[in-house]
Amino acid sequence: MATLTAPGADAPLIELTSIGKWFGGVHAVSDVSVRIEPGTIHAIVGENGAGKSTLGKVLSGSLRPDQGEVRLNGEVQHFHSPRDALSAGIATIAQEIALVPGMTVAQNVFLGIEARRAGFVRRQAMRRRTRALSREAEFDLPPDQVVSRMRLPDQQKTEILRAIARQASTIVMDEPTAALGRIDAEKLHTVIRKLRDGGRTVVLISHFLDEVLALADTVTVLRDGKHVRTAPAAQETEQSLIEAMLGHSMQQLYPEVRRPAEDSPVVLDIENLSAPGVRNISLRVRAGEIVGLAGLVGAGRSELAMAIYGATRKQGGEAFIGAKRATIKSPRQARRAGLFMVPESRKEQGLVAMRSVRENVNLANVAQHATLGVLRGRAERRATARALEQTDVRGGSPELPVSSLSGGNQQKVMFARGMLCGPQILVADEPTRGVDIGSRQSIYGLIKAQAEAGVGIVIISSDLEEVLGLAHRVVVMRAGTMVAEYSGPEMTPENVLSAAMLGTTAKDARNTE
Amino acid sequence: MSEVAPEITERTSAETSSSALRSRWIAHLASFRTLGIVIPFVALFITLSIASGPFLTKINLVNILGQQSSALIIGAGSTLVLISGGIDLSVGATYGLASVVAGEVDQHNPALLALVVALGLGAVIGAVNGVVSTVFKINSLIATLAMSFIITGTAEKITSGNLVDITDQGFKNIAYTMFLTIPTAVWIAVIVVVILGIVLSRTVFGRYIYASGGSTEASRLSGVPVNGVRVMAFVISGVCAALGGVVDTSRIFTAQATQGGSALTFTVLAGVVVGGTSILGGEGAIWRTVVGVLFIALIGNGFDLLSIDPLVQQIILGVILLLAVGLDAIPRMRT
Repeated sequence: MATLTAPGADAPLIELTSIGKWFGGVHAVSDVSVRIEPGTIHAIVGENGAGKSTLGKVLSGSLRPDQGEVRLNGEVQHFHSPRDALSAGIATIAQEIALVPGMTVAQNVFLGIEARRAGFVRRQAMRRRTRALSREAEFDLPPDQVVSRMRLPDQQKTEILRAIARQASTIVMDEPTAALGRIDAEKLHTVIRKLRDGGRTVVLISHFLDEVLALADTVTVLRDGKHVRTAPAAQETEQSLIEAMLGHSMQQLYPEVRRPAEDSPVVLDIENLSAPGVRNISLRVRAGEIVGLAGLVGAGRSELAMAIYGATRKQGGEAFIGAKRATIKSPRQARRAGLFMVPESRKEQGLVAMRSVRENVNLANVAQHATLGVLRGRAERRATARALEQTDVRGGSPELPVSSLSGGNQQKVMFARGMLCGPQILVADEPTRGVDIGSRQSIYGLIKAQAEAGVGIVIISSDLEEVLGLAHRVVVMRAGTMVAEYSGPEMTPENVLSAAMLGTTAKDARNTE
Repeated sequence: MSEVAPEITERTSAETSSSALRSRWIAHLASFRTLGIVIPFVALFITLSIASGPFLTKINLVNILGQQSSALIIGAGSTLVLISGGIDLSVGATYGLASVVAGEVDQHNPALLALVVALGLGAVIGAVNGVVSTVFKINSLIATLAMSFIITGTAEKITSGNLVDITDQGFKNIAYTMFLTIPTAVWIAVIVVVILGIVLSRTVFGRYIYASGGSTEASRLSGVPVNGVRVMAFVISGVCAALGGVVDTSRIFTAQATQGGSALTFTVLAGVVVGGTSILGGEGAIWRTVVGVLFIALIGNGFDLLSIDPLVQQIILGVILLLAVGLDAIPRMRT
């Protein structure tokens, strides 16, 4: 029976040679060669879009490389599906949980490899083995619990059990701790170390550099789809990794944005706002000011943005928009009052994928190009061309579907849409998620230009460097409330992180969820 | 989450890897789909012109258009609902109710009043469909299916299951007045199709219909009044269904509660989908519906002229529908 720590889970030597993968003319990874020693924790780091996940998917069989090969113990492999990779001993724990929600832990662990006798599933045996596996891993998962009723960390543990039950000797984990709290993340770290100590190889894709340095034996750095270096983790520091990931030091990336005058008008005034996911928020943003919202995933930053924007119902307090101090109840009113939001997920909340770039750019302001409801095509095309040029959107005709653009250009389309609305306040939620370096710089340039033109800006980002690099002032959120505010020399990563993770007072820390 | 979205773009000659070739092939297939049913339609038209003498005559062609006028009108309305991200399965029932109500009103009133009452009824039914499926968030497939039973039941109640005979010449004139040697039924269909075509492709409302169907959340966050747009699409669909009912009643001089029904609903839906409007919303066009509805009509007409077993017609229609939906699905199969 497969166990967690049993030695001799003979992990193979994995060699990736000259791996290349293109998505529609853009390389995701190109000519990447990495050697992954058996029985080690091998981390892959890089910025969003550097090709980490693509490389992980090539290894786990969910993407086929356009170039290069994957070798296990010297033998060339041709994985056509995750199933092929699994039969070679490589299991994947993806960012999204891949369990059958309505089934129990035991059923999920043995899904597809059910113990049978004469065609009947041996439920008792499966339950027993799940319990044994779970106990050994110190997971404490009840085998009969239905997966959809479990917390995310427990669902992840179920996935790990599943990999072990399939005798996987190599486990690829793509951002396993991204959605976990600190305690759960530390527990997972223990599990990962155990897996390694049992002779398994763990390929860890992560953007938490502290996690990588604490766990990994070896670190591979990718930048823009290219291999930068693979080195023992002991030789790396956060600073050295960041520089390798960026290819230059941080300072150059973020533009210096002029501070607004002390008496510049308040364009966003939030007073004691409560809404789903946020409690008692008070915040003022002046014209020309960039305010950063920092905090962990789930701290309520996006929820605050949605509440200000009128997309969720306020439960108390008020948000006054613009010089006229309008109060709003819907995104439509928000837009009219002069607030524009670039939402967190451009795919689900931002763009209408199958419609053209032109239609997407004009989605919020299309009525401006109409006389009695009938569109003036030329006016629209002209505005589109101007907005695309201003926001530096590259690639193809505005008549092509917006989904044909790269992630960076899609994000710029969102900014183009915003600019055509001429807002007084711009809320940008994760403005550079999944965006290449070049587009990031364009987007920062746009934000700077908007701020210096007198637009009040709120930036939400999980990338702390980005928040600190752009904002004049940083507000830290935790568990739906504001816990700290920093500006000037106090605006340091250490201060923001400790506020985000611990809160300022013990009372706030206890009030999570 | 993939870090780089898969995409179809024009490629440089440097990238001729296997997956590049595969997605290029899919891109070709997708662009073939943009032309879609037009090519088979033209091919069928030419084939029938050669194979059957009576096919390519004015009488036959005008006859087809006259028979299809209600399907074209209803199809145009249904197209709006489909693109906006809903589906209206109550059009056949609304058609039946509008027919009998118009017939009953016409017994003692001017034809114009009968027409107005019927269209108003269609609008009310559409508004109910729209509100139920947006404000109360009941899936429109189920909501309009339920409505169709209510509507047909009401129509049967009104007529006690009997036929309503039309004797009023004024009412008959709605569909049978000749203008430029073509009956008004055809002209009404042409006007509805042209107006809705312009609404969809040239107005803010049309743009909102595409956006709402393409991504509800993105549209809402951009300030598109998604619910209002969808309700309006259902209202238009209801009015079109009622107008279709009045036109056909005027053509055949009788009205019956069960006239139309689910058979009509699904034939029209088949026409819309065969034309290439996506059942998932966000994509499609009125002209596609016109071609799709007429394509199905040509199959029927051609097979009649060539005396082919009507059962075979149904089988072939089913195969064509599967092909149309299949072509729609292929570009989405990319990983």
